[in-house]
Amino acid sequence: MRGGGRATGGRTLWDSSVGKKTVMAVSGLVMLLYLVVHMIGNLKIFFGPGEFDHYAHWLRVVGEPFMHYEWTLWLVRVVLLVAVVAHATSAYQLSRRDIKARPTKYVHKKRRASYATRTMRWGGIILGLFLVWHLLDLTTGTVHPGFRPGHPYRNVVDTFSTWYGNVLYIVAMLALGLHVRHGFWSAAQSLGVGSRTRDRFLKTTANVLALVLTVGFVSVPVAVMTQVVS
Amino acid sequence: MRLTLRVWRQKNAGTEGAMSPYEVDGISPDMSFLEMLDVLNEQLILSGEEPVAFDHDCREGICGACSLVINGEAHGPERTTTCQLRMRSFQDGDTLDIEPWRASAFPVIKDLVVDRSAFDRIIQAGGYITAPTGSAPEAHATPVPKPDADFAFEHAECIGCGACVAACPNGAAMLFTSAKVNHLGVLPQGAPERASRVLDMVSQMDEEGFGGCTLTGECATACPKGIPLFSITKMNREFVQAARKGR
Repeated sequence: MRGGGRATGGRTLWDSSVGKKTVMAVSGLVMLLYLVVHMIGNLKIFFGPGEFDHYAHWLRVVGEPFMHYEWTLWLVRVVLLVAVVAHATSAYQLSRRDIKARPTKYVHKKRRASYATRTMRWGGIILGLFLVWHLLDLTTGTVHPGFRPGHPYRNVVDTFSTWYGNVLYIVAMLALGLHVRHGFWSAAQSLGVGSRTRDRFLKTTANVLALVLTVGFVSVPVAVMTQVVS
Repeated sequence: MRLTLRVWRQKNAGTEGAMSPYEVDGISPDMSFLEMLDVLNEQLILSGEEPVAFDHDCREGICGACSLVINGEAHGPERTTTCQLRMRSFQDGDTLDIEPWRASAFPVIKDLVVDRSAFDRIIQAGGYITAPTGSAPEAHATPVPKPDADFAFEHAECIGCGACVAACPNGAAMLFTSAKVNHLGVLPQGAPERASRVLDMVSQMDEEGFGGCTLTGECATACPKGIPLFSITKMNREFVQAARKGR
């Protein structure tokens, strides 16, 4: 017992390796929830340009008349930005700590944890870089020659008509699946909801989420490549 | 059995170490791993060389003094302590790599001996009950539900050997710390200090330079006493609850 005044709540969490994992878990789950919604929205591309572009427009007018044009969208963007920054900052700081805690490697190496577990850091970096490209490509159109604002269907088909668009996207979505597979289950442990009896349920949910997200997202470029969507 | 050993030799904390090869012969499969090292040391002493320094004490698997990473695995290929590991777990003619625990919080003192006093300081930060309890009370004076007693005992089995830290790719002491937090937290005697205990012990754990948990599960796989990985999950919950209370 050190007694006396102790920093409360947020400070205690942020200053500790355990608390930073809580931050990672919560921010990760926020992003995961968004991804599920995003993936379902993407699937509207299979119902033609009318429905897809209408859905994209609706995203800007959600909550009207209470919310002004694009307010809801910006609210979501701010929440996501906070989540991304919190997730990446914690990951960076925790990784620094982890690497420092084990400076000497064993001479005799053994292949240990699963592939998904071992690729969390690199996978996260790949996803971060992908996110930048993805926003510049389909939100702002900065790196997208012939980008037409307000015509998302056309822009998506356009992106997936290039080889690099397909490669970047599919590689990132495979990385996403691996990241979610270990990440969802880990988040449950970091938040203290895992247990022996719930483990099978949590692992299955993690695998299903990873698979559904990857397949759902990858189906769009595949559909464009196979001319199902054009 | 005839074996080739490659042992980490390091004069002291200030010098660089390296793996040195040795041959041992006439090893019985019934010998413990430490007895095999005793044979090596007798051989080294007879030839006028410095014997290999390694930690050991009870040689019964209950004190937590022995260590050694054998072929990349803490306490070797079986789920037990190095002292309880028998040479029958290996084949005649095998080459065995023997290294010390690796973690910046466990600096090597000499050869295979590391300084594990960081664990003592984590215990000092809150791994005990403050109230003086005197001699052992009557067992039924404080009723403890059977599931709680079982849970406490499962965690009390931790012998503090440090295999969890050695096996963890992040050199984290989460399994060790959680074993003690859970053991005391669930019992009526430990309950009053439950919140401050987890905050103090985790804070000391961070201060010692141990890494964080990435849920690889290596610690629980290496633990000779079978402390479950969900111990860490439980401590995470305790920690967040305690942080919210602010004590």
